[in-house]
Amino acid sequence: MVPLSHVLALSLILFVLGAAGFIFRRNIITIFMCIELMLNAVNLAFVAFARQHGQLDGQLYAFFVIVVAAAEAAVGLAIIIALYRNKESLSADDLNSMKM
Amino acid sequence: MPTLFYIFAGLTIIAALGVVLQRTPVYSALMLIVVLCSLAVEYLLLGAEFIAVIQVIVYAGAIMVLFVLVIMLLNAGHEIPSSRSHVAKWLGFPLLAAFLVEMFIVLSRYVPEESGAWFAPKPAGPVPIGHLLFQNYVLPFEVTSVLVLVAVLGAVVLAKKEL
Repeated sequence: MVPLSHVLALSLILFVLGAAGFIFRRNIITIFMCIELMLNAVNLAFVAFARQHGQLDGQLYAFFVIVVAAAEAAVGLAIIIALYRNKESLSADDLNSMKM
Repeated sequence: MPTLFYIFAGLTIIAALGVVLQRTPVYSALMLIVVLCSLAVEYLLLGAEFIAVIQVIVYAGAIMVLFVLVIMLLNAGHEIPSSRSHVAKWLGFPLLAAFLVEMFIVLSRYVPEESGAWFAPKPAGPVPIGHLLFQNYVLPFEVTSVLVLVAVLGAVVLAKKEL
């Protein structure tokens, strides 16, 4: 028997790893993949709580998160392509045209 | 079954470390595919067959193909380490460590240990999920369809020649 707290601990570790990548990496594609990692961590928590309570609502929320992540990936990657076309760079440090 | 869970939990964490630590985006993407597939196995063990299948088809199948395609299209090579973001370096570690410790304390204190039966055979296939989706969650479903439509239009507009 695996207790709920172990699944939640796995989810927490995945979320913190994604957040660490989001903060410390400089390549915008890697940053984007770290966002996907955080979304997956939240999904795991949703499914674990759905199992804990014996209801399917949590699984539906995970389903909606996956759909939103798909839409986000399509738009985000299009934005990355447009940025690369204008700046010729994928480093987050070069995308500072809104900075003073 | 618990052994399987812990094996795939370890695999997930190792591959997630690979995603964060790899310097080349293509290796990060491949590691992310490993993370997604082992999470699908975790969903199977948690009794969420539908979510596991959706995870493999949509995430590992569609989204990651898009990622790898864009990485190859933009010819993303090694990441150049920069020294411009001092704030992230100095604030990131303490904040993340504080968050991790705090959440572990919350987990160990407030989550009841012995509640609910785990990994008992409880088939909940796509049929009850479909009923729930088209009865209780019809409005979010329709709003999601509008969102996907807007995303497709946005991707087409953004990827045009001149912006």
